[in-house]
Amino acid sequence: MSRRLKTGGRLIDRDRPVEFTFDGKALRGYAGDTLASALLANGQRVMGRSFKYHRPRSVVAAGPEEPNALMEIGTGARFEPNQRATVQPLWEGLSARSQNAWPSLAFDVGRVNDLASRFLPAGFYYKTFMAPRPAWKHVFEPFIRKAAGLGSAPTEADADRYEFKYAFCDTLVVGGGIAGLTAALAAMRAGERVILVESRATLGGRAATDGAEIDGKAAEDWIKNAVEALEKSESVTLVARCEGSGVYDHGYVICTEDLTGFKADKSGPRERVWRIRAGRVIAATGAIERPLSFAGNDIPGVMLASAVRDYLLDYGVSPGERTVIVTNNDDAYRTAKALLEAGLRVPAILDVRPEVNSPIVRDIKDLGVKVHMGRGIARVHGNDAVTGVSVCLQAGDGAVMQEIRCDAVAMSGGWSPVVHLWSHCGGKLLWDAERAMFRPDPARPPTGADGEGFVKTAGAASGALTTAEVLADAAETVGGDAPSTAVVEEAPIRPVWVMPEGAGPKLRAKMWLDYQNDVKVSDVRLAAQEGFESVEHAKRYTTLGMATDQGKLSNINGLAVLADRLDRTIPEVGTTTFRPPYTPTTIGALAGEARGETFQPLRRTPMHDWAETHGAYWEPVGHWRRAYCFPRAGESHADAVSREVKNTREHLGMLDASTLGKLLVRGPDAGRFLDMLYTNMMSTLKPGRCRYGLMCDENGFLIDDGVVARIDEQTWLCHTTTGGADRIHGWMEDWLQCEWWDWKVHVVNLTEQFAQIAVVGPNARRVLEKLGGMDVSAEALPFMAWADGTLGGVDVRLYRISFSGELSYEIAVPASRGAALWSALMEAGADFDVMPYGTEALHIMRAEKGFIMIGDETDGTVVPQDLGLDWAISKKKDDYLGKRGQMRSEFHKPDRWKLVGLETLDGTALEDGAYAIGEGTNANGQTVVQGRVTSTYHSPTLDRGIAMGLVARGPERMGEVIRFTRIGQEPQEARIVSPVFFDPEGEKANV
Amino acid sequence: MRRFSAFAIAREALRHHEGWGRTWAKRPPKARYDVVIVGAGGHGLATAHYLGKNFGITNVAILEKGWLGGGNTGRNTTIIRSNYLQDPSAALYEKARSLYETMSQDLNYNVMFSPRGVIMLAQTHHEVRGYKRTAHANSLQGVQTEWIGPERVKELCPIMNIEGPRYPVLGGLWQARGGTARHDAVAWAYARACTDMGMDILQTCEVTGIRRDGGRVTGVETNLGEIGCDKLGIVVAGHSGVLAEMAGFRLPLESVALQALVSEPIKPCMDVVVMANTVHGYMSQSDKGEMVIGGGTDGYNNYTQRGSFHHIEETLRALVETFPMISRLKMLRQWGGIVDVTGDRSPILSKTPVEGVFINCGWGTGGFKAIPGSGWGMAELMAKGHSPLTEAFGLERFREGRFIDESVAAGVAH
Repeated sequence: MSRRLKTGGRLIDRDRPVEFTFDGKALRGYAGDTLASALLANGQRVMGRSFKYHRPRSVVAAGPEEPNALMEIGTGARFEPNQRATVQPLWEGLSARSQNAWPSLAFDVGRVNDLASRFLPAGFYYKTFMAPRPAWKHVFEPFIRKAAGLGSAPTEADADRYEFKYAFCDTLVVGGGIAGLTAALAAMRAGERVILVESRATLGGRAATDGAEIDGKAAEDWIKNAVEALEKSESVTLVARCEGSGVYDHGYVICTEDLTGFKADKSGPRERVWRIRAGRVIAATGAIERPLSFAGNDIPGVMLASAVRDYLLDYGVSPGERTVIVTNNDDAYRTAKALLEAGLRVPAILDVRPEVNSPIVRDIKDLGVKVHMGRGIARVHGNDAVTGVSVCLQAGDGAVMQEIRCDAVAMSGGWSPVVHLWSHCGGKLLWDAERAMFRPDPARPPTGADGEGFVKTAGAASGALTTAEVLADAAETVGGDAPSTAVVEEAPIRPVWVMPEGAGPKLRAKMWLDYQNDVKVSDVRLAAQEGFESVEHAKRYTTLGMATDQGKLSNINGLAVLADRLDRTIPEVGTTTFRPPYTPTTIGALAGEARGETFQPLRRTPMHDWAETHGAYWEPVGHWRRAYCFPRAGESHADAVSREVKNTREHLGMLDASTLGKLLVRGPDAGRFLDMLYTNMMSTLKPGRCRYGLMCDENGFLIDDGVVARIDEQTWLCHTTTGGADRIHGWMEDWLQCEWWDWKVHVVNLTEQFAQIAVVGPNARRVLEKLGGMDVSAEALPFMAWADGTLGGVDVRLYRISFSGELSYEIAVPASRGAALWSALMEAGADFDVMPYGTEALHIMRAEKGFIMIGDETDGTVVPQDLGLDWAISKKKDDYLGKRGQMRSEFHKPDRWKLVGLETLDGTALEDGAYAIGEGTNANGQTVVQGRVTSTYHSPTLDRGIAMGLVARGPERMGEVIRFTRIGQEPQEARIVSPVFFDPEGEKANV
Repeated sequence: MRRFSAFAIAREALRHHEGWGRTWAKRPPKARYDVVIVGAGGHGLATAHYLGKNFGITNVAILEKGWLGGGNTGRNTTIIRSNYLQDPSAALYEKARSLYETMSQDLNYNVMFSPRGVIMLAQTHHEVRGYKRTAHANSLQGVQTEWIGPERVKELCPIMNIEGPRYPVLGGLWQARGGTARHDAVAWAYARACTDMGMDILQTCEVTGIRRDGGRVTGVETNLGEIGCDKLGIVVAGHSGVLAEMAGFRLPLESVALQALVSEPIKPCMDVVVMANTVHGYMSQSDKGEMVIGGGTDGYNNYTQRGSFHHIEETLRALVETFPMISRLKMLRQWGGIVDVTGDRSPILSKTPVEGVFINCGWGTGGFKAIPGSGWGMAELMAKGHSPLTEAFGLERFREGRFIDESVAAGVAH
């Protein structure tokens, strides 16, 4: 039975009780407790159920490596599954629930899996559940899914928010134990900018718990002084409750800081993600104790020896009254000492080593503890709690020599350095047989752009085990003097991977390696037997190390078992890959601040508010919102679009065209540059004139189009599509920076600097004349000309261009004047029946005229020649982007799909994306196709369906009727016609 | 081969499972094979398998530099779908999907093919038109897909926020017979079947040279010595360029890192696969309960199998927006794989300038779903010299400009 001791607990504040609940039960702990320590203090040992066999489990560790005690914290919009109780600080009102158990933690129906475990070894599911075939989907898989998983799924959106912080430093120290502090002090003294992050609330690490003397002071005092010195320095930033999570290329490190997880007040951001660019990273991340593999090593009450010590000394909690210690190294004797000093009983220490005579072992023996050398545990007794152990010879096969009654077992299988941050970017490990650990190989660090290592380890993370070694290593890593401390003599570890050595299959099937995923020694051996010899295969076949602790406790033990079964050495087997994050990291925190309205920047034109108040129905176009149409009361969208088209064609329409890309291209080589970018000639364009241009990629495919205006001798303004503005800007820069870097050209993206208004329709000129200020006559401003001037007192640039076939002007003004000019035009236009129109009317009018739309008629597979745009391709130029690509044979095949107009026989509209059905089927059994619809609309002007499409040899087949697919209906017939449905002579624009 | 079944497990349980044999055999290489396949990933193993099964060619060795299935076969997000736009792609992926349906039974190994359905979300009008087009194309290609409205999307995936402020869900392309499978098991199942036909699988066997005689392949040099062959299939994904160079030709490929990540496992909350191209992310839930998440490729070429953090951020941002309930879940693990990407983002299944050398590569971000179809077509190509499934995917298409561009249908990794 675990309980709170009367005294002790250096991290808890006994004057500040904290109320919390577990599975609805009201419990009390103290400020400074973790959820795990508080539960133990309340005698609650069973804290979870394992993944596969639903075995009852208690905490085995006291830190982030905990695989068993996972819980659901909070409710509703603050619900969080799978939180490790060992790292969850207690706060007033915390509500925790057990998970993966039904109907209750104490009685879990899923435990039946445990009884059947003999039939459910590693990978059993690959060998069964195959017949009958539909049963997998309908029976087996749903059953397995329900049984698997851990915590429940959250059901609500997160009530909390998160933030990023960007920081730079010369040295980032991860870990605030004595190694990290030593490293940070040395870096500080060398004048560096230092950031030190520590995942726990307090700095100092194990040293404070375990006690040692540093520089003649108690460790706790030395730590206090060190922290004070660092806090005083302006070049040092200390961040507690902040975990070094992942190391990325070029010294980029992600750290996650807990801001509200430890307190009742949840206001403010919940977590802060530090995005640090560090000159070098010192991983002072310590080491993790390994369990031992003996039968029943997962029964509640079996704990890491260091964890027992932590609960005792840090939290004043006793895991049991009688604790048997089993170990292969000296460190566990410290646990014995702590237990004895707390007045608890240690019935025996089982030490697998045949003979040890180090000072601490002598001390413990002198205290009267029975130390059995060369012994181990044959089996732990108990079901939901430890009741005793059977002792055996480690060298034997498990024959029981003695039974010892106890209610807890403290085990130590040695220590594994936390090498994750070292390994994330490719730092290599070496096997240190003497210490029985993989530790960083200083000769093979992760390297940066200069070929030098940018991550180093310090202290226990390097493999140092004693205080003296840790301090010396940290000082050496950073370059400085090591604080002084006494050298304590320790006896070497004796690696033990299975206890006892000769354990048979029955025992092996009860020795847990990966607690959470229920992977046992027998499973890893089975994997090896079945040929899963690579450590990666064994991992994937057994799921060893794939649980939420990512193998922090299990990996080394597992691969040692694998090596043994394969008769290979441990380094030959090697480790699996260490991947970020070090411990599971909140997804919302990584997503950061960009949520809801701020998920992606919403771009609004200067006329956005006007449109909003006039009932615009919005359409997202890239990051912009554009008005799709302006429905009036009682009008459908289709009705509104129809009205807008008709009114524009008959009277006057206005479109907010501000989103069109506007790229200013200037310089002595600008003409030459644009001649390469566009298929047609731009260098010969005269100032004051406009030209429609096409842009292709190197493969010859059409990527953008737009009107180019020449401003002066060295300046052109290139209009792109709305979606293309940023892409084409990047495209231009790509060529200028990577290929033609010696050309004197610069490009400026002016898209947002100008508002642009299209004034379209037979009354267009009249409304401009009414505003007055410049000559807008056909003579002064012919089609495809532009001029600067004023309209209604506003400085404007006026283009006479048309995308609708109507008399049309586009007026560009500085963005700040856009709304005013729009309103002025609307007011002046009232006499001429002006109406705003949206993107759909724009699309319909261009389709009626047979104008192509990038993204509709093009899809990255269409060359200009397919669209009958040969006229926009200069024959005079030596080269342009895409010219060579367009010479390839595929684009000159006679049956190439080419642009045509399509008219349904019944006058309805073709379906979006419909395909033209050809004759028969191809070699793969697919129906042959001969073309497709690229744009289809109901034309209000013609009151019938019109479409544009690409059809094999289309232009040669005018008048032919072909069939188009309809989803869920018979195909629809349409006649191939000219793509220009309206005003083929262009008379309306030419006035 | 010993048949797997519930009865076999029960029998073995009585003797502590000590009677199970190796999943695939371990033998030293022979001096010569009729066919050598380089690369024991899904595609290489499937190619070997169908060479044996469909054409009786069993004197085959599959060479693997590392561990079988350890490349992109074991790193992907396990999505299987065939709702492709272009005819050649649809044919290949649909063949693959249909073979996945019966793979567990065909190979007597449970690969856990789960036809739970795949939704590709449309969140702009442009995407709506694009997916409707795909639905039309699929109707003629024999691929069952359906355009569905936002209400149906919500019904299929209740955890989705279909009314996000930025990109409301306008509908989706639904392939009910798409889904997921257990990726490692696919490689293991094929390996077991290849072994059963007497083929040799040689792990930790790295090809260091390709031997030719008068423009014809005669064998490969490896760290295990020379191995002779009449035909050589190069199926090595990210490192295709390296092997091609050994054979003396170049490939139109770029290698980039593609990342994926998983959350901690939770109880079932998502029964379908969802892909959201506008915001760049996709997600499904594994049988173990993890949310399996992927996004786009890194913007620069490399071989590191790691990838950059900003892509993780971008992907998670997109998915929290689409599935707000994942915000308080935790990312358990992120990783990267090297994908080989062609100019038109479609694969290469082709003869090469060296007689007897065939290449299967360029799967980019979407190779897992194609494994059985790719193997089926590649085996036919290697055995007969031509295959309707692979015909359009020849190397010459880049010279001719005959691209198979799916970018209109998939702006995101898949």
